[in-house]
Amino acid sequence: MRLYAENSRCSGCRACLVACSLNIFTENNPKKAALSIISHFPAPGTFEVKVCTQCGECAQVCPTGAIKQNAKGAYHVDFSECNLCEACVPVCPEGVMYVRTELANTSWKCDLCGDCVAVCGTNVLRIGEIETVSAAAAA
Amino acid sequence: MNGYGGSILRVNLSTGKITKEPTPLEMVRDFIGGRGFGAYLLYKEVPKGADPLGPENKLFISSGPLSGLMIPGAGKCDFTCKSPLTGGYASSSLGGLFTAEIKYAGLDSIILEGVSPRPVYLFIDNDMIELRDASRLWGRNTFAVEKELKEKLGEEFQIACIGPGGENGVLFAHVNHDYGRQAGRGGVGAVMGSKKVKAIAVHGTKSIHVADVTGYRQAGLTLFKACKDSEGLKPWQDYGTTIVVSWCDEVGALPTRNFSAGSFEGGKTLYGPYMREQIVITDKGCFGCPSPCGKYSRMKRYNTNVEGPEYETIGMLGSNLGIADIQDVAQANLLCDDWGIDTISAGGVIAWAMECYQKGILTKQDTGGLELNFGNVEATFNLIEKIAKREGFGALLAEGVKKAAKKIGKGSEKFAIQVKGLEQSAYATHNATAMLISYMTCDVGAHHNRAWAITYDLQVGRDRVVPEKVARVIWLQNFRPMFDVLGACRLQWVELGIDRDLYVPALEAVTGMRRTWEDLEKVGERIWNLTRLYWAREHEGFGREWDMPAPRFYEEPPKTGVTAGQITKFEDVNKLLDMYYEQRGWSSNGLPNPETLSRLGLSALAA
Repeated sequence: MRLYAENSRCSGCRACLVACSLNIFTENNPKKAALSIISHFPAPGTFEVKVCTQCGECAQVCPTGAIKQNAKGAYHVDFSECNLCEACVPVCPEGVMYVRTELANTSWKCDLCGDCVAVCGTNVLRIGEIETVSAAAAA
Repeated sequence: MNGYGGSILRVNLSTGKITKEPTPLEMVRDFIGGRGFGAYLLYKEVPKGADPLGPENKLFISSGPLSGLMIPGAGKCDFTCKSPLTGGYASSSLGGLFTAEIKYAGLDSIILEGVSPRPVYLFIDNDMIELRDASRLWGRNTFAVEKELKEKLGEEFQIACIGPGGENGVLFAHVNHDYGRQAGRGGVGAVMGSKKVKAIAVHGTKSIHVADVTGYRQAGLTLFKACKDSEGLKPWQDYGTTIVVSWCDEVGALPTRNFSAGSFEGGKTLYGPYMREQIVITDKGCFGCPSPCGKYSRMKRYNTNVEGPEYETIGMLGSNLGIADIQDVAQANLLCDDWGIDTISAGGVIAWAMECYQKGILTKQDTGGLELNFGNVEATFNLIEKIAKREGFGALLAEGVKKAAKKIGKGSEKFAIQVKGLEQSAYATHNATAMLISYMTCDVGAHHNRAWAITYDLQVGRDRVVPEKVARVIWLQNFRPMFDVLGACRLQWVELGIDRDLYVPALEAVTGMRRTWEDLEKVGERIWNLTRLYWAREHEGFGREWDMPAPRFYEEPPKTGVTAGQITKFEDVNKLLDMYYEQRGWSSNGLPNPETLSRLGLSALAA
């Protein structure tokens, strides 16, 4: 399973970001969310949502094995094992693997909790089966 | 302090001194946040008789305890000051992402005081706070300023800035944010401009602490679920506030040609569904909003984009000017946003000028050659720029409709559509007595959002003048502004119809203090009475005559449209006021009685 985002529905409200930080860190802080919204304003006037595809590239390069799969099959960071080496950050194809040492002493990423989906009023976000490239192309 | 940033930032522009004070517990207890903080601080800190555009006036920018949290629409920011337009209380609500960022920087309010010797912008990056040179930004329009500051400082910064309108002291200049959200009414942008503050750039990475995180998370998710389950969600997402254009046209509430009628023959091409089909490209929401009012539009004819137009702007820059093309209205909206002036007041004052022109009170000599007939799009565009620059005829209109009419005279005061000097927003009130008394008694002048009572008029009989109507308006005035106090949007309650009691456990879990709606309404009443005292303090002889509506609504029944021939009787206007004062616990001249002040805990402050 993974998170999907439909950019054209996003209104840029960022409820998802607060819900995400609340889940991962038990804090209200959108800067500590594991997805992001990029605003393209005043032109062309669109929002772009970046979400984790659960590709697992981050887990493959993590030298301490801190990035593990949970019961849902989602990769998440075990904070106690992260050594802040940042190897995971550049390999993330979506730019949603985070290390900001001024904010947290660990890396973090989407653990597929689903709270972002729950608060998204415009149904941008959904959780679905991971589609393979060939299946997506066939659809 | 749970739910709060915890600090008040005080910026003295005259000396350059920047200080932080703990947010006072007493102020939190009695006024909660947002608009409540603004009203209290204005009354307490700005001396009687202060020049609104001088160093003694202050601009108070406040978030609320729900701002920036996982609560629907938690993106409301209050801008309060002494209004240069009315000389009384100004409080304008800004949506977007600004208020959340203030909280993440650990702040509840920003106080701008004094006057800077040179143009500056206020830079806030968590605890690094300084005034920076803005001489290169001075003179530039809002979109360019926001774009430049974001490029320079980073996308995570939130920007609120003024345009030339604010710099030049246009009395209804606004503060613009996020390419299309404004603190629009009452001239808060002119006050910021008078202090030589071009912009505020804020960035915060602090977490907001709450009292009971489990309870808060649950209450927040419940609120979002209620919004998402609402039948009203889909239509509001599609059309936002423009959903009411057709309704207002059909019931005779759509201001047409300077409020001379309430239905517009060209209305259909201004309706929400038509606009959506023709120009809307993206929905754009304020912080945490499941039901975005913001419709981001592209005007192909002009090769431009704008956030909007929303209902009020469609009414004021569309039908009220006799303009029926949605792209023209949207372009006028963009010009107002970019030049830094309020679309509602701009529409009001231009409509007044058009009526003066058509009646021969103003001529081409007066207007700088403009043929100011209703429906003249080019003249409208031209005037918006001239107003912002205070150039030629624009300088007169920059004073607002009340002062402009006083200057021109010749009977034009009668069709200056305003109360207390604030141009009436976009509901025609020839025959809608609850909405009329709402405008008459609104705490900032003729603004709709404190008590949007027009649907109630339709429910109970629009021309009826009964105590229940007045009671309804008072209840709305005490209750609806509380959302501006809490720092969240009221429209989830108004338009999605969610149960307001769902906010009670959320607020309790956030702040650790239980307040029922009964408690909150009492705070609303306290604020309402305090702002009334403020008006009385600032205007010698303030009283009943300040609450009178534009004579058009009791003297000139519309000639066309569904309200043709309908009018409120003058005696009913007075009857409404009598009932209102009595129910408020005010004297027959509209001033709070000592017992009322005592009941609300205001006696000491008022003394």
